[in-house]
Amino acid sequence: MAFLQISEPGQAAAPHQQRLAAGIDLGTTNSLVAVVRNGTADTLPDEQGRHLLPSVVRYTEEAVIVGEEAKSAAVDDPLSTVASVKRLIGRGLNDIARLGARLPYEFAQEDTAVPRIRTRRGDVSPVEVSAEILGVLATRAESVLGGDLSGVVITVPAYFDEAQRQATKDAARLAGLEVLRLLNEPTAAALAYGLDKDVDGIHAVYDLGGGTFDISILHLRRGVFEVLATGGDSALGGDDLDRVVARWIMEQAGIEDDASHAVQRRLLGAACAAKEALSTADRVPLHLLDLPNGAQWEGALDRATFDRLIDPLISKTVAACRRCLRDAALKPAEVKDVVMVGGSTRVPRVRERVGELFGTVPLVDIDPDRVVAIGAALQADVLVGNKGADEMLLLDVIPLSLGLETMGGLVEKIVPRNTTIPVARAQEFTTFKDGQTAMALHVLQGERELVSDCRSLARFELRGIPPMVAGAARILVSFEVDADGLLSVTALEKSSGVKAQVEVKPSYGLTDAEIERMLRDSMANAGEDIEARRLREQQVEARRTGEALRAALAADGDALLDASERRRVEDALAHLELTAGGEDPDAIKLATQELEKTCGFYVERRMNRGIRAAMAGQKVEEFE
Amino acid sequence: MLDFSQNYFALFGLPMRYRVNGSLLADRYRALQGTLHPDRFAAAGDREKRLSLQASAHVNHAYQTLRDPLERALYLVSLHLDGSADEKQATRDMGFLMEQMELREALSGVKDQPDPHVAVGEVLDRLSGQADALVQGLEDLLDEPSAQDLEAARELVRKLQFVSKCRVEAENLEAELDDLS
Repeated sequence: MAFLQISEPGQAAAPHQQRLAAGIDLGTTNSLVAVVRNGTADTLPDEQGRHLLPSVVRYTEEAVIVGEEAKSAAVDDPLSTVASVKRLIGRGLNDIARLGARLPYEFAQEDTAVPRIRTRRGDVSPVEVSAEILGVLATRAESVLGGDLSGVVITVPAYFDEAQRQATKDAARLAGLEVLRLLNEPTAAALAYGLDKDVDGIHAVYDLGGGTFDISILHLRRGVFEVLATGGDSALGGDDLDRVVARWIMEQAGIEDDASHAVQRRLLGAACAAKEALSTADRVPLHLLDLPNGAQWEGALDRATFDRLIDPLISKTVAACRRCLRDAALKPAEVKDVVMVGGSTRVPRVRERVGELFGTVPLVDIDPDRVVAIGAALQADVLVGNKGADEMLLLDVIPLSLGLETMGGLVEKIVPRNTTIPVARAQEFTTFKDGQTAMALHVLQGERELVSDCRSLARFELRGIPPMVAGAARILVSFEVDADGLLSVTALEKSSGVKAQVEVKPSYGLTDAEIERMLRDSMANAGEDIEARRLREQQVEARRTGEALRAALAADGDALLDASERRRVEDALAHLELTAGGEDPDAIKLATQELEKTCGFYVERRMNRGIRAAMAGQKVEEFE
Repeated sequence: MLDFSQNYFALFGLPMRYRVNGSLLADRYRALQGTLHPDRFAAAGDREKRLSLQASAHVNHAYQTLRDPLERALYLVSLHLDGSADEKQATRDMGFLMEQMELREALSGVKDQPDPHVAVGEVLDRLSGQADALVQGLEDLLDEPSAQDLEAARELVRKLQFVSKCRVEAENLEAELDDLS
């Protein structure tokens, strides 16, 4: 329960009640974890003092290795070392083929939609690989904070679609983490910059990471971050810059297209190093040894050539910025400043062209690699209730339109892109044949008119419609997108009340059963006692609920409850506390649920009171 | 709990008329979301999360409706007519329709123009001008409207729907041009 969040101002939780929370930036190239300590958010280093954890996982017969060590093994062991897995997460094999890039892995030729990478330790899905990275970062945070995390905020590119978001959440579940919120990366960056301190202003966040590009335009004022529009490309980033440079080297050095995985890795490494060097140098020498047939090559890349190579890619981002401005109904000059996020914004040509578009010098004050994790930590701290409620509010949007397939292979949009979340929208459909008793619904995401050009999210059927003449049935299809940007769809035949519901689980995502099995396997591997863990989880939840309720009762129990109501609430609370001392996780869970049910009316009264207080604060101003 | 039955104007404590004080609306929207948004209930039980999600989504929809000139007009007219204002009918104003056709022709010929961006920009400017005039008309009619005013307003709404649709097409075209350049 969130009773604590509406406590009176100045009544922050006592220090020992502070809940531990972390913000995680799960990046294509590098990942980071940040926490708030003593009111300041900062990223956490590992024991060697390194903040960035390379998002690379190596699978050997003996162990799973994550980070720097895995990265340095990538050239020698390319097939069992997975890098840039973010490009694969939430995607089907077909999507991956369409990415164009030749990936240096072998995929299991299984008959599943979820791609599985063949490693020496067996086949792994991108969700499992991501879970390994999340696990390492969570452990790092827990050892620094000295306790279990009660939740994490994980950042995702604003332009991530439904499937990619769901897969990211699945990865967290697999790592045993409670996700407080999936937060869009540009929004996290805006948070870290504290741009809202401004009285009123429009700001843009340009985020070019290792594998994804986002542009978001926000209206910020006094603690409220309102995203007006967002756009981008979830398959465009620094990796692509490396690739055009690697291609250029291949042309220069006369290397054939079918070079081995190891050679490709080495070329990409050389390209990446050259790109980074060119952020400060005007010209970098290139030496490549161990090319096919024992050849070697020497050359150089200058800034002008590099700029020419990457310009077409930057142009794609500039076009996305223009579209985003149009969606927000703004001219470039109306944007006060542009925040640069992501390692790829270190490239001078990127800064130059973004500056040209917006007519301003881009902001680069905070380390572009760390800014997202810092924003996530700030949000996590607010969400677990360590900070007063009135300090900050994020209003984000969905990046892509959601719709349903209609006759003729066309898409009917139900929720347009850039709609503020959470959102609930409904639309009525009808049958087109006499006596039709079932209706197939196909949920899609994307901007195009044809079903074949959009991404298919889910299919489900509404059955048991009473037979009627064509056009008589009234089928209400409701779309609901929550604050994580995740969709659920329900269909209801209104005259009979027949209902079908689907939590949109994209067809190439993992099923709940699969996640459950993986979770059990991983705990068994780690020698963890599954039952002990369940008990601990339920006890933590029960304690949290109890503490929150006590704080609420202290704040307004007298004002909102009469004596007998208060007794009922306190009895349920006492019962929970008694049960939580026991050893039966199911009984504790039940008692927690009972308490929530008993307190339902109290929760509603508190919400009411909050609404009245919010509006009363407003009405001091005269009506027009 | 949030009263889902009250109309959107009442929800934001605003008078029920077309002319809306935008900054007041925005302030009240933020105040309500500040209390109801799911971020305020991230650590809450399922029941509270559910309530917050529904209330917050409702407030979002109300805000988007009142903020948009066309949506606001459709909503207000339907409130006055007890929900029976389904604007499927088209306008019969021949002068207006001719003008719209002309604009659409201008749009379809944009790509052959020496500077297509400028050509689209001109169409968009004209559409904005038309929309502004229609909104002005609606503001005058929908203060305390008589039955006659409502009929007149419905005609303006139908025209505004035309203009909006044409604007969407022009913007799509502009996006297409951006992608090519």
